[in-house]
Amino acid sequence: MTLLIEESAASTQKKAHKVRGKVRLREHLMGWLFVGPFGIVFLALLIAPLAYALYLSLWQKKLIGGTNFVFLGNYVKAFTDPTFLSGVWFVVRFSLVAIPLQIVIALAMALIVDAVTSLFTRFSRLMIFLPYAIPTVIGAVMWGFLYSKSFGPLTDIFGLFGATAPDFFSKNLIFYGLINVVTWQWAGYYMIILYAALQGIDPSLYEAARMDGAGKWQIALRIKIPLIAPALLLILVFSLIGTLQFFNEPQILRYLAAGTIAPGFTPNMYAYQQAFALANFNYGSAISFALGGIVFVCVYAFLFFTRKRRSFL
Amino acid sequence: MTARSRTAGRQRPQRHFPLQVLLGFLVVYFLVPFWWVIVNSSKDAPGLFGGGNTMWFADRIDYVENLTRLFTYDGGIYGRWILNSTLYALAGGVGATILSVMAGYGFAKYRFAGRRFSFSVMLGALMVPATALVIPTFMMFSGLGLTNTIWAVILPSLLNPFGVYLMHVYARDAVPDEILDAARADGAGEIRTFFRVAFPLMRPAVVTVLLLSAVASWNNYFLPLAMLSDNRLFPVTVGLGVWQGVASANNAGSTSLWSLIILGALVSVIPLVIAFFTLQRHWRGGLSVGGLR
Repeated sequence: MTLLIEESAASTQKKAHKVRGKVRLREHLMGWLFVGPFGIVFLALLIAPLAYALYLSLWQKKLIGGTNFVFLGNYVKAFTDPTFLSGVWFVVRFSLVAIPLQIVIALAMALIVDAVTSLFTRFSRLMIFLPYAIPTVIGAVMWGFLYSKSFGPLTDIFGLFGATAPDFFSKNLIFYGLINVVTWQWAGYYMIILYAALQGIDPSLYEAARMDGAGKWQIALRIKIPLIAPALLLILVFSLIGTLQFFNEPQILRYLAAGTIAPGFTPNMYAYQQAFALANFNYGSAISFALGGIVFVCVYAFLFFTRKRRSFL
Repeated sequence: MTARSRTAGRQRPQRHFPLQVLLGFLVVYFLVPFWWVIVNSSKDAPGLFGGGNTMWFADRIDYVENLTRLFTYDGGIYGRWILNSTLYALAGGVGATILSVMAGYGFAKYRFAGRRFSFSVMLGALMVPATALVIPTFMMFSGLGLTNTIWAVILPSLLNPFGVYLMHVYARDAVPDEILDAARADGAGEIRTFFRVAFPLMRPAVVTVLLLSAVASWNNYFLPLAMLSDNRLFPVTVGLGVWQGVASANNAGSTSLWSLIILGALVSVIPLVIAFFTLQRHWRGGLSVGGLR
C-alpha cells in the first residue's frame, strides 16, 4: 500500500489494479493453504464415506444372483422392518425423556453455582463435571456394577426397608436405567456450558433489575434464562444428535441385561449388527443413512420450531 | 475477570443454605459410581462375592495384588490397551488440533474464493452423525488394507469440524486484522505472521481444542470396535468391553475377571481425571468461547 502512494498519478491506476490482483491471488492461495489440509481430510473421511454409504445402500447382495442394484429397495425394507422401526421409536422416546431431564438438571445446577459463590459450590462444579472425563463405555460399566444383583448396593439398600430391589436390567426398567446413565454422564458437561454462558452476562443487568424490585427468582427466570437461550439451544441440538445415535451404553449393558437388550435395540446397534455380525454391509449402510436422515430432519424441525436458525449456524 | 467484578459489585456474600444442601445431594449422586469402583477394586474375589457391604471396604484391602494381577493378566494386555489409548488420544488430538487451528484461522482471516460455501458445508457436517460414517469408512479402509491397523483409529479422529468452528470464532474475535496487517507491513510473510503473531493470541483456544479432541479420541468406542480385531491394538474402552462380555457370558467361572474389570475401569479413568483437574482453567476458557454468540 505504501508503495502505491509514491507512484505518479498516471500509472497508479494500472499498477494498483495489478498489485491488487496479486494481493487477491495471494489471499486465495493462502486461504486455501490454511484450509486445505483440513479440506482434504474432510473430503476423504466425511464426504467420501457418505457418498460411498449412499452408493452401498442402493445395492443388495443375494446369495443367489450376486449384487443387484435395487435403488431405494433397502430403504423401503428399513422403513417396513419392525426391528428398525422399534429402534427408532425407542431412541425418539428416549430423547423426549432424557434430553429435557438432563437440561433441567444442568440448568438448575448452573443457576445454583452461578448465584452462590462459595468454596463448596466451586468444589461441586468440578465434581459434577467429573463424569464427562469418563468414557461413556466406562460409565456404563460402572453403572452396570451398581445395578447388578450380585455386587450392586441396591439389594442392601432396599433390603433395609424390607423391599425388593428394582432390576434395572428388566424389560420394564431398562429404559430408566439407561436414562440414569446418560443423565449422570452428560448433565455436568451441559452444566459447565450453561455456567460459562451465565458468567458472560453483564452483572449490571442484575443490579438494574434489583433496583426495579425483581427478586432472585425473577432475575433467574426473566433475565438469566432468556440471555443464555443460545447456549441452551446448542446443547439441545447436540444432545439430540447424540441421543438419536445411542450406541455405547446399551451395547455395553447388553451383556449384563441378557435378553432385555436385543442386538437391534437402537438403530445404530442394528446397523452395527447388520454390517459386522451378518456382513450385510448394504443394508447396514442403508440403516445408517436412514438414521442420519432422521437425525437431520429432527434437528431441522427442532431449529425451525424454535426459529433460531441464525443463532449459531 | 468477570467473576471478580461480580463479587465486588455484590453487597454481601449470599449463602443460600437450602440450595447448597440440594447441590450436596447432587454431588453425592455424581460421585457414587466412583466411590463404588474405588471401594470394590480393593477387594479380592471372596470379598467381592462374599455378600459383604457393597459400599464399604472389605477386611482385606488388596490394591497391590489386584494391580499386579491386572497388569500381568494375559501377558500384560491391559497395560498395552492403556498405551494404545494414549497413542490414539495423542495422535488424534494433536493432528485434529493442527488441522482445526489452520482451518479456523484460514476461514477467519482470508477472503478466499469458495470460503462461504466451504464453511457452510463444514457447519452442515456438524450434524452428520459420526456413527453413520463408521460402516463406509470401514469398507473403504478394508479396500486399502488399513483395517486392523492403528491408522484405522487415528485417521478418522483427525476430523473435527467442531474444533474448526471453535477456532474460527476465536481467531475472528481474538486476532485483530490490524495486528496482522502491521506484521505484514513490517515485511513478515504470511506463514511467519501466523506463527509469530496469530498463534500466540489463539493459544488458549488451541489448548481447549486439543483437550476436547484428545478426550474424544480417548472415549471412542464404536469406531475401534468396528475397525480392530487384533486385541493387541484395542484401546482400553474396547478391551474392557470385551472383558465384560466374557465375564457376563460366563458368570460363575469368571469371578477373578470381575475384579480385574473393576480395577481396570478405575485405572483407565485416572489419567483423564488428572488432566481435567490440572487443566481446568483451559477447558473452561475455551467452553465460554464456544458458549456461543
